Amino acid sequence: MKILVCISNVPDTTTKVRFVDDYKKLDITGIQWVINPWDELSLTRALELKEDPSNNIQTVTVAHVGLVSAEPTIRKALAIGADDAIRINAEPSDSFFVAAQLAQVLNTESYDLILCGIESSDFNGSSVGGMLAEFLGYPSVSSVSGVKVENGQFFINREIDGGKEIVSITTPAVAIVQKGIAKEPRIAAMRGIMMARTKPLKVLEPTAMESLTEVVGYEMPKPRAACKFVDSENPRQLIELLQNEAKII
Amino acid sequence: MSVLIFVENWDGKFKKLSFELISYGAKVAEMLNTEVVALSVGYVEESELVKLGNYGATRIISAVSDNMNVFDSQAYTSIIADIAKQEHAKVIILSNNNSGKAVAPRLSVSLKAGLGAGVSKLPLSIDPFIVYKKVYSGNAFSNLMIKTDISILTLAQNSFELIETANNAGITKVVIDWNGLSVKTKVIEVQKQSGKILLTDADVVVSGGRGMKSPDNWPPLAELADLLGAATACSRPVSDEGWRPHEEHTGQTGKIIAPNLYFAIGISGATQHLAGVSSSKFIVAINTDKDAPIFSAAQYGIIGDAGKVLPKLVEAVKELKGK
Ligand SMILES: Cc1cc2nc3c(=O)[nH]c(=O)nc-3n(C[C@H](O)[C@H](O)[C@H](O)COP(=O)(O)OP(=O)(O)OC[C@H]3O[C@@H](n4cnc5c(N)ncnc54)[C@H](O)[C@@H]3O)c2cc1C
Ligand SMILES: Nc1ncnc2c1ncn2[C@@H]1O[C@H](COP(=O)(O)O)[C@@H](O)[C@H]1O
Repeated sequence: MKILVCISNVPDTTTKVRFVDDYKKLDITGIQWVINPWDELSLTRALELKEDPSNNIQTVTVAHVGLVSAEPTIRKALAIGADDAIRINAEPSDSFFVAAQLAQVLNTESYDLILCGIESSDFNGSSVGGMLAEFLGYPSVSSVSGVKVENGQFFINREIDGGKEIVSITTPAVAIVQKGIAKEPRIAAMRGIMMARTKPLKVLEPTAMESLTEVVGYEMPKPRAACKFVDSENPRQLIELLQNEAKII
Repeated sequence: MSVLIFVENWDGKFKKLSFELISYGAKVAEMLNTEVVALSVGYVEESELVKLGNYGATRIISAVSDNMNVFDSQAYTSIIADIAKQEHAKVIILSNNNSGKAVAPRLSVSLKAGLGAGVSKLPLSIDPFIVYKKVYSGNAFSNLMIKTDISILTLAQNSFELIETANNAGITKVVIDWNGLSVKTKVIEVQKQSGKILLTDADVVVSGGRGMKSPDNWPPLAELADLLGAATACSRPVSDEGWRPHEEHTGQTGKIIAPNLYFAIGISGATQHLAGVSSSKFIVAINTDKDAPIFSAAQYGIIGDAGKVLPKLVEAVKELKGK
């Protein structure tokens, strides 16, 4: 069986976000680019599954829609342990466009399980995984917090409001993952970094496809009013403020 | 033309979240000068369905089948897409919760309709259709233009007020051919968390970080939560170390919540933590370090040791609530 992990290339989560061009574009000066945290965890889980021979997983491939500038991030995924990578050479203009490009890959190559993150930390689209599944007519399970294989079948844990469910799913399928899928993201070891240089990274040209949405401008969050401090000896005053000023309890 | 709202039910009941969606949808419909159609999937009693009218639904479609036994994203997408076509829906609204996230993107492809996920305000304009949504995990917002004829929106939880109107909405029953949908997911096991207030539903959340020092120090925090009818939460290191269950972890890689009131106790306020809680209406921080970043996000703060402040806070709440 084969697993595909879709990875998004995002600013490091501690980045101070700033914009240029009259709040129309992200200021990329000094930004460290990383694998989207969920995708890093998906990749980690895919590799764990592959390491157990009884799961019978032959390869773990990563796919990314983006320009050549994203290749260091893709190489990082290879260094962590992915077997090979595919990059579709296009600016990821919106989720629909990205999903359509990924679907193109899957029309020529088949994978049993495709892993996407529940959201990218830049666009916060919560979109690509579900869209990809619909393009392909595959089933999808969202809010996935665990994946395992038993007798050649995938069993998936998902969060539901007020609990958890274990479901089985017919493959090929898309699993859209969130917390719980793996404990800690795996980091690249020296050997992995050396090997990554020679692992295959295939570049595909995009198919013609429009985008359905477009960011016309960015805004910074409204600054919150300054914090009102209450004496630590008198927390009663806090409760009074919450009752009478904020009127919230 | 219509605004179509997918309202989920939980064991045949709606929640505040459902009424929030309808209230929001009714306002969007007002902007478009069109009607508000609520779509409920799965068996819900009529006395419950009519409640949707009280928040502005002009019509209610109740789609049912005897065989529905699993939440299958593909099947739900096809049910909603069919009704959307039939109702000439111009805008389709879902919640940005587990099921909304599972279905909305599929619906977007199925109907070739642009998706605005996690919107937290009414559309800024309807022609062009521009929505306001969080990006960069809450460090910024975007004005997103949806270029298609039909727009799909998922509404961030707890981001819209309930608006009551007296509406006598008619109910139409539709029977779903569930077996014809070739459902590919099968439920093996369900583990329900019972009795507790769900973190994602709670109006008040009391959350502890590493500054709580030890899991043994949680009882006063839990008591405060109890008194306030609040859910409990924690920062990532706290759940990583097993002090608290993983379900309680809030933040970028945990749950994203937006309660009316969030207590951050012994939490430094790292950007990744704030990414999950910054949409709270009010934040109260208790921290020994006056320079902790959490105080820049909070409206009310106490500089002090959680171990000393919490018991006093509990006493104060008891007194003021007359208990
Ligand atoms: C990719 C990535 C994703 C992440 N995702 C998340 C996430 O989803 N959620 C999350 O929470 N974190 C996340 N983190 C971790 C985050 O960066 C912080 O490390 C974490 O939030 C810190 O938790 P804390 O505030 O509980 O602990 P600390 O940073 O250790 O802070 C403890 C605070 O308690 C105060 N304190 C100490 N003693 C007391 C006392 N007696 N009384 C009162 N206050 C006291 C201290 O002044 C300090 O401010 C993520 C990190 C990365 C890299
Ligand atoms: N440019 C991209 N290339 C490949 N996968 C992507 C890309 N953007 C997003 N994804 C995948 O889709 C998930 C959700 O992203 P989003 O829909 O943008 O929130 C990510 O966690 C990735 O798995």
